Amino acid sequence: MLYVVIAFLWTAILLYLLLGGADYGAGIIELFTSENNKAQTRKTLYRAIGPVWEANHMWLIITIVILFVGFPDIYSRMSINLHIPLTIMLLGIIARGTAFTFRHYDAVVDDMQHLYNKIFAYSSFVTPFFLGIIAGSAVSGKIDPAATDFLSAYVFSWLDWFSVAVGLFTVTICGFLAAIYLIGETDNEKEKKMFVSKALRLNIAAVVCGGLVFIAATLEGIPLLEWVFGNAIGLTAIIAATLSLALLWFLLFKGGIGWIRLLAGFQVTMILFTTTVRHFPNIVILKNGGYLSLLEHRGHDKTIEALGWALLLGSIFILPALFYLIYSFQRKRIDVH
Amino acid sequence: MDNFIAARSQMALSLGFHIIFSCIGMVMPFFMAVSHFYWLRTNEVVYKNLTKAWSKGVAIFFATGAVSGTVLSFELGLLWPEFMKHAGPIFGMPFSLEGTAFFIEAIALGFFLYGWDRFNPWFHWFTGVVVGVSGLLSGILVVAANAWMNSPAGFDYVDGKYINIDPIKAMFNDAWFSQALHMCIAAFVATGFAVAGVHAVMILKGKNVYFHTKAFKIAALFATVAAVLQPLSGDVSAKDVAQRQPAKLAAMESHFYTEKSASLVIGGIPDLKNKEVNYAVKIPGMLSFLAHGDFTTEVKGLDQIPEDEQPPVAITHFAFQIMVALGMIMLSIAVLYFIALWKKKDWLTSRWLLKLFAMATPMGFLAVEAGWTVTEVGRQPWIINGIMKTADAVTPMPGIQYSFYLYTAVYVSLAILVVFMLYRQIKMVDKLYDI
Ligand code: HDD
Ligand code: HEM
Ligand code: HEM
Repeated sequence: MLYVVIAFLWTAILLYLLLGGADYGAGIIELFTSENNKAQTRKTLYRAIGPVWEANHMWLIITIVILFVGFPDIYSRMSINLHIPLTIMLLGIIARGTAFTFRHYDAVVDDMQHLYNKIFAYSSFVTPFFLGIIAGSAVSGKIDPAATDFLSAYVFSWLDWFSVAVGLFTVTICGFLAAIYLIGETDNEKEKKMFVSKALRLNIAAVVCGGLVFIAATLEGIPLLEWVFGNAIGLTAIIAATLSLALLWFLLFKGGIGWIRLLAGFQVTMILFTTTVRHFPNIVILKNGGYLSLLEHRGHDKTIEALGWALLLGSIFILPALFYLIYSFQRKRIDVH
Repeated sequence: MDNFIAARSQMALSLGFHIIFSCIGMVMPFFMAVSHFYWLRTNEVVYKNLTKAWSKGVAIFFATGAVSGTVLSFELGLLWPEFMKHAGPIFGMPFSLEGTAFFIEAIALGFFLYGWDRFNPWFHWFTGVVVGVSGLLSGILVVAANAWMNSPAGFDYVDGKYINIDPIKAMFNDAWFSQALHMCIAAFVATGFAVAGVHAVMILKGKNVYFHTKAFKIAALFATVAAVLQPLSGDVSAKDVAQRQPAKLAAMESHFYTEKSASLVIGGIPDLKNKEVNYAVKIPGMLSFLAHGDFTTEVKGLDQIPEDEQPPVAITHFAFQIMVALGMIMLSIAVLYFIALWKKKDWLTSRWLLKLFAMATPMGFLAVEAGWTVTEVGRQPWIINGIMKTADAVTPMPGIQYSFYLYTAVYVSLAILVVFMLYRQIKMVDKLYDI
């Protein structure tokens, strides 16, 4: 049952990265869209994520619940040392979710819209940036349970080049996913072209930021190169991702949105896979060289058993409903009034 | 402000904020389902408009409820890591099931809000009902987790270690039923009176009277039925508290000395130094009866609780008095409304009845906040009753007060925005719908 729970944890993280990521990315794209196109983009964006955004963000909650029920030591250690970035991320989540809803449901359209738009776009950037920082600091080996002074316990646990680079990388991935997703969500040819060019640019940005992550890792003495290229599975995954990149660029010009989406999803999956497979089961690496391990730092057997059943049972209800939701709104394009 | 107080205040603020949105999230779908049902059955356009108007309001509340809930699931760890480290695996079962309930709710909401004219009308109606049922289910589950903190079960605590963990037993602890029942009814009381009150104000102002009368009727019926049930369920809760948390009961009633035939203290100001309650109405034997079903049974007083294990008496006492007083007022309004429905039809169109409802708009939510203050403050100094002290659970991270100030600023602005937005929705009713 332990492995069932771990599989759910990994899948929840992946789905959050893919679905939640595209959702954040939509806001990032809005942030970098020129003024004249913004109104049109907003409409498409609303149509694309309106019905699904709440569901997309449930994956984060599932992740957190699995962590605190199944792996309490990991949850409480991260909660303590990463308090600051977690808090910023939460404020971002509040700001974003409410601004997105308010701007659509405000019965009067006036200057308040500017405020909602600003808040929505900026928090769509800040939130995944800090999510990336949190993910980066989990493996950067900077979390020091023994630290006593404020800076090393609560600030330098997450503030370093590596984590910041992972943050930027996450932002570009989100933007990339969103651009790919939105290409299929608009009927307007001009807008479609815009999303294609945005997808390309964001893809390049993601590759550049990925490079930055490696450079930063070297600076900070994190053996990232060794993790990624040091074993056959990781290497295969990375090669597959790179090859599929070429295919994706080709398809971007030829069309075929289903394949494009699948490939983009595949790439992100491979990235997450490579970065996690190597140091599994250790998901948090501590300063003293110790680890917090999914296998050793887990809750009691009975708890894991119950959690696993709850997740299995839940997915019987959730997955069909979720697929039907996405399917329905894909097929029956909704119009925004 | 010291760290510990700041953490407690931030928790209280976040929960106090979230609970308002979650009550609405649990109850409004049922109001909408009724109105939607009338629309599908009678084809009267006003019901379609009402359902749509409500669902816009609800979307605003839902988003705020969802983000504040997301914050809470992190905050448990951010503020109380030591608690979560030990409690997580024990009381986590309801949370893992709740994840499913939330998910279904979010999915069904997507169908409901965006599904107008896109699906079979009855399928669309059904998704609205699913939103309500899964909302209620998540409320019950999370309250079961809270009940575990009041009435820990499903583990053995030996030499500071938590062993023999049984998450199912933990979920079905002694307090879950009475608390969940009371909470669910409270959600109907609070949301019902708030919605009925708002529509009553609009009727009094003479705006879109037909529309608002329909709305008022649906909300008022739910509210008043729940208001009659609530004191009954409160009695179940009180008996339960007397069994499992005598210290809380003693604080609620400012019951300083253990005695037989204990009297029920109504109102009054507790004087902690002299251990007495001034200006209170006392009904001899009544506390014994309410707590144990017998006028003579002994009721434990604060004198039997060690000094350092007593909850703050004044806050708990005032909060309890406020909840019960509001409950009684709403019960009276409910009784008047039923008389009007059955015997005195002419009251239904009279202004004084509407004014009563208008006055009662905030009462349910005030009672909810007061009730949670009783439950949570009355448990202090324990975070897990009798097992772990709140002070031992708090995060070692200093400077929580800044985080508290920040959250206060965010939540206050959000509250203002939500009210502002609701005001605009209501103001625009006649422009948005042809009525
Ligand atoms: C509309 C709201 C409302 C109203 C009118 C009442 N309550 Fe209440 N009460 C709540 C809303 C609430 C609550 C917010 O929902 C609480 C907090 C925790 C809980 O389970 O329910 C609560 C808690 C609570 C508790 C503590 C339970 C515990 O700690 O486990 C008791 C003993 C009562 N109530 C008793 C009453 C009585 C005797 C009432 C008589 C009129 C009453 N309540 C009206
Ligand atoms: C939504 C309704 C709730 C409200 C309004 C509420 C209110 C409060 C208040 C006022 C406090 C501070 C008490 C004090 O420090 O004196 C508190 C503390 C706390 N509550 Fe609740 N509570 C609610 C539900 C819950 C639930 C469902 C849980 C968990 C499952 C929970 C967990 C906690 C924790 C962990 C603390 C901090 C420790 C403590 O002070 O005991 N609360 N809450
Ligand atoms: C008595 C206290 C509580 C009740 C009755 C309650 C009930 C609810 C309900 C009915 C919802 C869905 C409605 C909506 O989205 O507006 C909700 C949302 C949520 N609640 Fe609470 N809750 C309580 C306390 C808590 C606590 C202590 C936590 C965290 C540990 C929490 C976590 C959440 C989360 C994560 C969501 C968002 C789910 C979504 O996206 O739909 N809640 N709550």
